[in-house]
Amino acid sequence: MNRFSYVRPDAVAAAVRERASDPGARFIAGGTNLLDLMKYDVEAPSRLIDITRLPLRDIQEIDGGLRIGALVPNSDLAYDPRIEERYPLLASAILAGASPQLRNMATTGGNLLQRTRCVYFYDTATPCNKRTPGSGCSAIGGINRQHAILGASEHCIATNPSDMGVALAALRANVRVAGPDGERTIPFSEFHRLPGDEPQRDNNLAADELILSVDLPAEHFAANYTYLKLRERLSYAFALVSVAAALRLEDGKIAEARLALGGVAHKPWRDEEAEELLRGQPAERASFEQAALRILSGARGFGENDFKIELARRAIVRALEQAAAGTPQSQSDKRVQ
Amino acid sequence: MVQTSTAPLPSSARPYVGTGQRRIDGVSKVTGQARYAAEFPADGLLYGHVVSGGALASGEILRIDTRAAEAVAGVVRVYTHENRPRQPWFDSTYQDQVAPPGIPFRPLKDAKIVYSGQPVALVVAQSLEVAAYAASLLEITYREEPFRTDLAAEQSNAYVPPEKRAGIEPPPPDRGDVDRALAEAPVKVEASYFVAAEHHNPMETHASTVVWNDGKLTVYDKIQGVVASKEYLNEVFGLSPDDVHVISPFVGGAFGVGLRPQYQLFLATMAALDLRRSVRVTLTRDQMFTLTYRPHTIQHLALGAERDGRLTAIRHEAVAATSTFEDYQEVVVNWSGLGYRCPNVAFDYKLAKLHTYTPSDMRAPGAATGVYGLECAMDELAHAAGIDPLELRLKNYAEEDANTGKPFTSKQLRECYRQGAERFGWSRRSPRPRSMRDGRELIGWGLATGFWEASMQQTSARAVLSADGGLELATATADIGTGTYTILAQIAADAMGVPIEQVDVKIGDSSLPASPLEGGSWTAASAGSAVQKACFGLREQLFHHARAMEGSPLANEVLERIIFTGGRMEVANDPSRSVVVADVMAALGLEKLAAEETAKPDQDAQENYSGYTHSAIFVEVRVDEELNVVRVTRIVDAVAAGRILNLKTARSQILGGVVFGIGMALEEQSELDHRFGRFMNHNIAEYHIPVNADVRDIDVIFVEEHDDKVSPIGVKGLGEIGIVGTAAAIANAIFHATGKRVRDLPITPDKLLRDDVDGVSSGMARAG
Ligand SMILES: Cc1cc2nc3c(=O)[nH]c(=O)nc-3n(C[C@H](O)[C@H](O)[C@H](O)COP(=O)(O)OP(=O)(O)OC[C@H]3O[C@@H](n4cnc5c(N)ncnc54)[C@H](O)[C@@H]3O)c2cc1C
Ligand code: SF4
Repeated sequence: MNRFSYVRPDAVAAAVRERASDPGARFIAGGTNLLDLMKYDVEAPSRLIDITRLPLRDIQEIDGGLRIGALVPNSDLAYDPRIEERYPLLASAILAGASPQLRNMATTGGNLLQRTRCVYFYDTATPCNKRTPGSGCSAIGGINRQHAILGASEHCIATNPSDMGVALAALRANVRVAGPDGERTIPFSEFHRLPGDEPQRDNNLAADELILSVDLPAEHFAANYTYLKLRERLSYAFALVSVAAALRLEDGKIAEARLALGGVAHKPWRDEEAEELLRGQPAERASFEQAALRILSGARGFGENDFKIELARRAIVRALEQAAAGTPQSQSDKRVQ
Repeated sequence: MVQTSTAPLPSSARPYVGTGQRRIDGVSKVTGQARYAAEFPADGLLYGHVVSGGALASGEILRIDTRAAEAVAGVVRVYTHENRPRQPWFDSTYQDQVAPPGIPFRPLKDAKIVYSGQPVALVVAQSLEVAAYAASLLEITYREEPFRTDLAAEQSNAYVPPEKRAGIEPPPPDRGDVDRALAEAPVKVEASYFVAAEHHNPMETHASTVVWNDGKLTVYDKIQGVVASKEYLNEVFGLSPDDVHVISPFVGGAFGVGLRPQYQLFLATMAALDLRRSVRVTLTRDQMFTLTYRPHTIQHLALGAERDGRLTAIRHEAVAATSTFEDYQEVVVNWSGLGYRCPNVAFDYKLAKLHTYTPSDMRAPGAATGVYGLECAMDELAHAAGIDPLELRLKNYAEEDANTGKPFTSKQLRECYRQGAERFGWSRRSPRPRSMRDGRELIGWGLATGFWEASMQQTSARAVLSADGGLELATATADIGTGTYTILAQIAADAMGVPIEQVDVKIGDSSLPASPLEGGSWTAASAGSAVQKACFGLREQLFHHARAMEGSPLANEVLERIIFTGGRMEVANDPSRSVVVADVMAALGLEKLAAEETAKPDQDAQENYSGYTHSAIFVEVRVDEELNVVRVTRIVDAVAAGRILNLKTARSQILGGVVFGIGMALEEQSELDHRFGRFMNHNIAEYHIPVNADVRDIDVIFVEEHDDKVSPIGVKGLGEIGIVGTAAAIANAIFHATGKRVRDLPITPDKLLRDDVDGVSSGMARAG
């Protein structure tokens, strides 16, 4: 770990100013990811801007939806009565991730910016394009059971590890950010990026922008939803594949479908065509299988992770069944519903 | 002479042994007062941070630029192979108590890289933070040489280790004619099994605090036996015995990784002697993956049987990983020769050299691996023969150890099967795979047998009784979290008839009476016997003094008829005749009374009997039919391990072992990238061990077993038996649930799914 200076501003504008004045600076919120990366010498910030004093800890009503401050801890968010009642999909996805201790520290903004769990990314002795652009991608031809089957590039096949982000993608949230030139809002689907030839960039946030809030739209799918996460132990592991599914049903038919996958791509993966395909279809297995095939039509494995294509197909079908039946996956009982 | 064999005391005099007692060190642990190696303070302490080598497993350091690191304020010295203090010349000097044949790894010896992640420098600084930062500034260039870390590819170069590792029995001679028996067997199965490399990952990472005091060293080390560290330091640094004092009162788990002095001890001591300052070196979690590991092992088993299931042939072959510089060995295949009765048995145990660090003992070394293969093969045989897996084992029950032809000191395995099966409800099992389900979950029931060696080692202990009734025990042994403190106090409290609160246990200190490493599940039997013997020494002295006192009510008595209870010595069946111990001490004007004794294994029993611990483990799994999510919902483990000293800590040992087995079966694997020769998932987010959600009902049964040969106190030990067989029972249960036989551990979701997609079980057993 390197030496760094430390500041703790009280106002958003001051925080943004600090960041803009020093390209080596980093915001730190819960620190559950950034500190690990510093200990591994993957990140070496010259300055830490502790943002935990900023007034971004509230959950507020906005236009029928909710505005979640960037510093709301993951556990507070998951157990907030408004979230539990109106956006149980989000609560469920958060509770599927990490551990209670980590969720107590982790923040809404930090969760969106957590970095991949690719083992090479964490080990500075090995080549990794995301860490050191141009050095090569060790995961290709290496250990890649956790890696992407969708949207990968020859430069990087890493996945985004967030569970919360998968629910936010399905719910079509917006991310409100502040930079030196003021505020802007980024639709969730455009927040994270595919690796392309710039795998060092996980998202479209500018270096000097601060996340202020995540805004949830009014539609909340509280009746027919699920978050199904498959992993290598029953809890406290990152997703091999996860599925956020939400349906609006009318007379046994699907009036609207939302579907997002985790653990399969460089970003929470949404396929609007598959969602469209489900519209008007009967809420039954045949429709779900079609949607799954559609989502995975471009999927590609890299050896160890080939199995994910079939696993994802099955997970999508099961998640849609759970959502349609109104029997969402419990995150405490590990039996798959 | 003092009576040392098991003359069991009248039960009224044993209020502690055999009951469930809370750990006497529990409060100090949960309140943070128990100190571990990295927590001992020292004046002017310096901190060393180890620099780990790069992503290559063989080659040479061409250049190591330390200038930037040295320029950091607070850095005291950067040690590399170029500037390290002089080291002893002979490799043999570096051999520790359990070193396998070969040349031990010598940190900073020269520019050579012999494994990925090996220590290549030590940065010593005023603070941990400065040391770690400076360490990140070293610039090292390497020249890479070809290296090999792929066990499967190295199988063809495997060899029989030319020199046997001390204490490890090589495979016994083959018996009968296995080829013919297999050819003629009406039922046979043959398959290969793989056990993944695993790293120990105790909660406490390795650390040494070396306190320098005018040339003398007090060393706080994470080690499973202080004597091992002391001998190593005396040898390597040429220090006289008086100059090194090793202390390790608490060990935050070890599982075998603390059997050999690890490189942080060498480095911290080297720096302390050179700088004439106190130095601490603590390893990071990822550096724990640069230490020793359970070797990944490929096994090949062939079993032949009559139609009724009687075994006619077993062939058990294994190829295990070792390093390029040492021939680490464990007992993998021998279990097949003693587990069941079988006339024709052939063994083969080979090593393959890989460019990794040397593997070493990890909880039930060898047995966890070999019994996994044997017990899966037995399950496959049961299936092929159409016989219940439990019945198959009973049919082939071994009444003697056929490897040696000796009878067992005791063997209540039949009772384990019976009680375990009854508690589990085994008789309600529907034999056909995939025939039990609950909604979308397939239910599977599997079982396996567990075997582990029961042994004791020579150990000394001292017991000191004070006039105020306090009893202090002292032996150099370790408590690696197993409960040694508590069982020693129980044994002594019973022997002396004092409340356990009056017993003070001192262990983990090289100045105390000598004790071997804590390993092999022998500590309870060894240190326990030594403590009991020392207490018996005290009893004898007290009795003689008491009897000699004027008008003594014990005047015409013999020691054998005396019970020590409630601080008194009383005549059995005649409590009216008694003497208060404190009165004897007072009459003699004694402040303290001491006895030091050495307990040794019974020579006759050692030569004429085979000592083993046994278990029968029953497992229920539930597997989502489509998604292959495996849940281990119920385990019953019935264990026969001689005398159980403390029901609570004994149960904890079994629970821990079983959880280890769940990890081995479903989760644990250190993943090598052969391009870098490096274990890549070197942290405990990516190296998976079971979490609470993975651990459901575990029911432990201790089957009564009287053994008067295995150790003076009739104890066999429990540290390892819990893991043995567990992975097999889980794999067998998964087969029963799903009809899929995955033979590669761990059974991760991808393997079960691949099986679906391919339509055939991986390497399906050939049933004839
Ligand atoms: C062992 C382990 C297991 C885990 N398992 C899971 C899991 O199963 N599922 C899962 O989803 N997650 C998991 N996590 C990840 C965890 O959710 C994230 O570490 C956490 O959400 C990050 O939040 P934080 O506030 O601690 O971020 P920090 O570590 O403080 O910051 C992370 C990054 O975000 C930036 N940042 C933080 N806040 C802002 C902001 N407001 N504006 C701009 N930039 C900002 C920081 O500069 C930094 O780059 C796990 C983590 C660990 C250590
Ligand atoms: S997948 Fe991405 S993060 Fe992993 S090694 Fe390749 S470039 Fe680095």
